[in-house]
Amino acid sequence: MAEPRLIEISPVTRVEGHGKVTIHLDAEGQVDEARLHIVEFRGFERFIRGRLLWEVPVIVQRLCGICPVSHHLAAAKAMDQIVGVDELPPTAEKMRRLMHYGQVMQSHVLHFFHLAAPDLLFGFGAPADRRNIFEVLRQEPELGRRAILMRKFGQEIIEATAGKKVHGTGAIPGGINRNLSLETRDGFLARIDEMQDWALDAVALARDYTMSHATLVDSFAAFPSSYMSLVRGGDGALDLYHGNLRALDASGSTIFDQLDYTRYMDVLVEDVRPWSYMKFPYIRDIGAQTGWYRVGPLARMNTVGFIDTPLANAARTELLAGDGEGLNHAILGNHWARMVEVLHCVEKIRELLHDPDLQGTDLKATGERRQSGIGVIEAPRGNLIHHYEVDENDQVTYCNLIVSTTHNNEGLNRAVRDVAVKQLSGQAQITEGMLNHIEVAIRAYDPCLSCATHALGQMPLQVELYDAGGGLLDARNTSG
Amino acid sequence: MSEPPRARIATASLAGCFGCHMAILDMDERLIELTKLVEIDRSPLTDIKSFTRRADIGIIEGGCCNEENVHVLRDFRRNCDVLIALGQCAIMGGLPAMRNAIMHSDEPLRECLEEAFISGRNIRNTTHNIPNDPALPLLLDEVYACSEVVEIDYQIPGCAPSGDIIFDTLSRLLTGRFRGFGRDMIKFD
Ligand code: SF4
Repeated sequence: MAEPRLIEISPVTRVEGHGKVTIHLDAEGQVDEARLHIVEFRGFERFIRGRLLWEVPVIVQRLCGICPVSHHLAAAKAMDQIVGVDELPPTAEKMRRLMHYGQVMQSHVLHFFHLAAPDLLFGFGAPADRRNIFEVLRQEPELGRRAILMRKFGQEIIEATAGKKVHGTGAIPGGINRNLSLETRDGFLARIDEMQDWALDAVALARDYTMSHATLVDSFAAFPSSYMSLVRGGDGALDLYHGNLRALDASGSTIFDQLDYTRYMDVLVEDVRPWSYMKFPYIRDIGAQTGWYRVGPLARMNTVGFIDTPLANAARTELLAGDGEGLNHAILGNHWARMVEVLHCVEKIRELLHDPDLQGTDLKATGERRQSGIGVIEAPRGNLIHHYEVDENDQVTYCNLIVSTTHNNEGLNRAVRDVAVKQLSGQAQITEGMLNHIEVAIRAYDPCLSCATHALGQMPLQVELYDAGGGLLDARNTSG
Repeated sequence: MSEPPRARIATASLAGCFGCHMAILDMDERLIELTKLVEIDRSPLTDIKSFTRRADIGIIEGGCCNEENVHVLRDFRRNCDVLIALGQCAIMGGLPAMRNAIMHSDEPLRECLEEAFISGRNIRNTTHNIPNDPALPLLLDEVYACSEVVEIDYQIPGCAPSGDIIFDTLSRLLTGRFRGFGRDMIKFD
């Protein structure tokens, strides 16, 4: 009779940051337990104490180089409250929005084309040395070229609003430190039509993939859950920069709605488990067992009432219609949702570029000092919460962060378990291609393991195969 | 006509934010040129997770915050002819190294862990322990710069360094014309 085994996938690749998967198989070769571990630790909440409030938006983005703008802006929004500013001058708010749309665009394009596309183009079980963007550039040069240029466009928007492509300094407590020159604006406007055409093509590509793989999409790591995101105040439209919290259960019923996000602690609790540095948030009223929920592009498609740009709204309608009544729970549909949001960002960027407020000179507001501030934003990967307290010397005394990937921790682990059971149970020989299926499921969430690391450390994806006695049988870091 | 052999480049992200890898992608269209000259081996951007043969150039993002980082870094030193520390985290520890020295604290790491997992306000921790599973690599007492662990051949400064400086360095190293950086390229940030 076979022995129980442990499989390890480490590091998880083509995701941002570092993660590891362990899978325990029992003596019959059935999956006993499968987990995604975040293995690195930073300690940000502690070491940021004592730093000056204006430094925070610049420092905190260094938690994550893929969506630094989201951290930069969430921290700036929290600091706005601390310096007593509830409403930014229009130029400041719009410059920040432009920065954010550029960011979501580049991050989604990066994820879809540079990281996930090799699985979708070449197959989940394709040879490992072909599954990468460089092979995409060789095999599909036009697609690869567009991916590069769309990401570049988003990165250049960030550079124009924040000063640098990675880790800029645009947002300051109470405002922004620059406006947009007409010359720069015209440079973007000259390219915006092309970006929109390509975004439409990208939506079609993701849609066609989803439709033509309906059986796979409906069964692959697909399970119902609750969802949470910001929605726009009042009408509940998609708003990536600002709004109130809305959570729906799996059947689409409201758990809470239009909730002021500074009350996040009233509704969310973070559970600590001994095997991961990433915590497990849940909705307080539902409880630790079943109160988990998911965030991100697909979650947003489900939670929002509509999208306020016409092309993206039509694309969302199509995405939801595919699933009949109710919410769309098929996680591979996240890729499609991501492209709908790229289209939305392009439409929003165009709208903003035509807005003369971007050339305004009133950049910063001031107000009466407060002690605490909470900034929430919809980052590319979902809801992001920054919470600070600052003393009279301008020094931070308290910090708590809940990043998007942390909200998705339970969903990610369920996806890993689901695919591990289907792919590995009862198999005598575990192949690299089987293990990549697990990574495909993880990638669908576009987890940012760098962000998730803020609490502790680093997360390579590693799968381990243990025997029932806990002995390590097989360790694989997906390179085989 | 047969193609000339392509140089092999491997990359790793240790205790970094992935921003330096973003900067690598910020080479944009030049990536298309580069893929003709080089083969990307082991890297978080590919699915090659360990060395199968020697690489000409290894690029490291991030310093060392846990035992696994040290292991990967030594593996790179053993398997790469030239090793480059890319960005402030790899060169000096960067943001993660902020945990090395917390004012008025003798045990900064312990305080960081306790804040995150035990004493934080919005936490439910039924075991009252800091996560300690065997699957989690041991944290180092401090975050170390790469050059404190292995010998580093070149350092590319910046946080993140621009795509331009990365392209410039790589293309000149590959053609044997690297003579150091111009003054305008050397930036801390
Ligand atoms: S040097 Fe800067 S960009 Fe590079 S990994 Fe460190 S924090 Fe990120």
